[in-house]
Amino acid sequence: MLPSNLQADRFDAYPPLAKQLAVANLAMLQRLPLCFLPGLLRELIEYDYKFPAERKAMNRELASLASLTPAQMDDWFGGFFRVSLSPALEQSDWVNRPEQFVEQESAWLWSTHQVDAFRAAATKYGDRLQAATPAEPLAVRRLGIAVIGQGVDSWDRPLFRNLRAHGTYFEHVKPERGLDLLLAAMETRARSHPAPYGHWYVDGGQPAGHSPVLTCVSYAELEPVRNALLKFMQNEIGRPGMGPEELRTDLAELLPANLGMDKPADPVLDRFQVKIFTEGSGTQIFSTTFAQWAAREALRRAQPLTLLVRFAPRQRQKPMNELLSVGRVNPALDPAGSLVDADMGAYYHWINQQRLAGSEQSAFVAWFEGHSQALVVAPTLPRGTRSSSAIDMGEVVALALS
Amino acid sequence: MFDSLTCEAAARDGAMRRASAPGDAVARLVRSRREFLRAAAGVAAGTAFLGPSPLVRAEPARRKRKVIVITFGGGARDQETFSPEGQENIPHLLGELAPQSSFFTHVSNQGILGHYVATASLATGVYETLNNFAAVPPDHPTVFEYFRKDLKRPSSDAWVVAPSNGFNRIGESDCRSYGQGLGARVVLPKHLLSAAASGPDTDYAHLLRDNYESPLYTPQLGGGEFELQQLETILKLSVDDFKAHAMTLSSPDELSVYIARRLMQEESPSLLWITMHDIDVAHSGAYSLYIEGIQRTDRLCAELWKAVQGEPEYAGNTTMLILPDFGRDSDEDAGGNGFQHHRTGDAASRTTWMMALGAGVRQGVVYNQQVQSIDLVPTIGAMLGFSPTESQGRAIPELV
Repeated sequence: MLPSNLQADRFDAYPPLAKQLAVANLAMLQRLPLCFLPGLLRELIEYDYKFPAERKAMNRELASLASLTPAQMDDWFGGFFRVSLSPALEQSDWVNRPEQFVEQESAWLWSTHQVDAFRAAATKYGDRLQAATPAEPLAVRRLGIAVIGQGVDSWDRPLFRNLRAHGTYFEHVKPERGLDLLLAAMETRARSHPAPYGHWYVDGGQPAGHSPVLTCVSYAELEPVRNALLKFMQNEIGRPGMGPEELRTDLAELLPANLGMDKPADPVLDRFQVKIFTEGSGTQIFSTTFAQWAAREALRRAQPLTLLVRFAPRQRQKPMNELLSVGRVNPALDPAGSLVDADMGAYYHWINQQRLAGSEQSAFVAWFEGHSQALVVAPTLPRGTRSSSAIDMGEVVALALS
Repeated sequence: MFDSLTCEAAARDGAMRRASAPGDAVARLVRSRREFLRAAAGVAAGTAFLGPSPLVRAEPARRKRKVIVITFGGGARDQETFSPEGQENIPHLLGELAPQSSFFTHVSNQGILGHYVATASLATGVYETLNNFAAVPPDHPTVFEYFRKDLKRPSSDAWVVAPSNGFNRIGESDCRSYGQGLGARVVLPKHLLSAAASGPDTDYAHLLRDNYESPLYTPQLGGGEFELQQLETILKLSVDDFKAHAMTLSSPDELSVYIARRLMQEESPSLLWITMHDIDVAHSGAYSLYIEGIQRTDRLCAELWKAVQGEPEYAGNTTMLILPDFGRDSDEDAGGNGFQHHRTGDAASRTTWMMALGAGVRQGVVYNQQVQSIDLVPTIGAMLGFSPTESQGRAIPELV
């Protein structure tokens, strides 16, 4: 089926809000190229479970597309219309299984050497969309905080090397009660600028005590979900005919209830957490990867005003089959390696934050937990410099936002 | 799993900013490699050396000529290697090998960025489109088949040492005019060790790590795989000696290099292809393990080159070619996740480098012009004197 043949009843299996949105935009959807549309539907079908920022972005995108003249459509989508797809892709159920279509389309684009053309078309589309749908002004400057190095007693190699050129390196901060002060500052911000899913705390281990006004995701608290997922994966791998592409498709279709989250406290957050494990690579086995990827996805999707990510020691490297097995008790940890992972994770946190609206005003703090080294990137602070000020972490945050 | 996020990543990251134009990124990568090398290793620009290459072209010399290819399954980016902050990770490549080498700063891979299919493309000189995760042979004749058929070489003269089970079909294609019986012998050291240890054994667990690109799946074996009983007849190693030595090693790539050295001693193949894979642990997202992989690969490349100098069959008549199969995603591309993958198809993931050392190679020279991954096979053909008729690449003039 081609997009031009789309009818409203094709969306009957969509969740209510997604269906309503799809039907309301049917005429516009019919005009889109097939190589593009399932990617859009892949997002739209999840509309009922999306964060507010994502819903707003989706609404803006659909409104923008609906307003395009035929000439503008050609201009925006010319590159996509030139991509050729296989008959099998055209005949697949891309309306109800857009995720699977996108998987198969990727393989098709690579194998037919069209991936660069698709990438160019997608980049152009992204640029045009961004220009056409400017983000709303933020209620407050965005703040990112990365806490790294839990469990490391001493470290004599330089930290924050990638970030130092962008901010001020503090070498004598007072580490006492550092995490408490950071979380207190988070709570203050969250209460002053309340927003659903606007203030996040991601922990790669057991979360510290924190205010319920923060959206919290932690590796330790999701252990039952991880174990259920690993068990599912082991079973899948053992099935005849199973390959990586098939496994990925099956993983993508997992819902919170499939992994033991039977009583959803928050369907949106539950789905987000499941996707961290089913879409992320390494998130199931290394807590540092989980923390980095969860922070990235929270920024990309929820676009929070505040996000604190605290890295914890991950388990040591082992053969993959062993890492994927369930029921390991107290695995050996690698604090030093985890610090290196987290140092890079903090850099990626900052990069991802800078990709969002308001980046020129945003602030970022990285801290070596329990130690006196911190790094602050803020528009009011000099770049590439050092400070010997003996301030505590609460004062560091205040300085970053000053 | 290598490609599955491409579409959505490219199309759906509207909230995040875009990277600079691809052409700019390539130019930046090439320029930075050249400048870093010049500063760190004191090498010269290749344009100063436009005369013929100092190759030994006489037929008797060609008959003795040997070529060793080392590929990395899992590229390493400039910021972790050739840039100032990365140079601490590659002291051997930079300090020992680069000054002796012709270094190509701009090797472009226009094919599929999955390790098996990309290595198959390197080995055939054609951008293959086979399933990256299936144990299938390449669609086009491999360098080993051209070499053996054209030059009438025995099977003992072409070997592949590969890291993961998916590579067991890399030795020969299923082309009718080449194919069965004309390819390379393939050793999968991990599989060999697993067989020697009679199944999973925790003593060797660190050497039996799985395929990082798709840690969830291992295809079934098939094809001309090196058998356990041939340890003794070909490598002159008892199972006990093999197991005992394996205990002294720390990674799968170390095991591969050990096997490669035994092959050099016992079989002295004229064409030896080694694919390393430790770096690809980056897919797990653990940056420290990725860095350790780079440092180990750097050391192992130097060890192999040293071994070449110490083997009478190889010293003085061997050309060694070192190249990653492709790069990794840049930090700047919003569709990727930095070092972790090679999914975006951005300039950093498609652009890599090559180092050529030894017989017929000018020393301490940097070439900035673009060459392609598929140029490797015709280049080896010109070195050894065979004709890769189906390859779509071109011999690199500076090496032939």
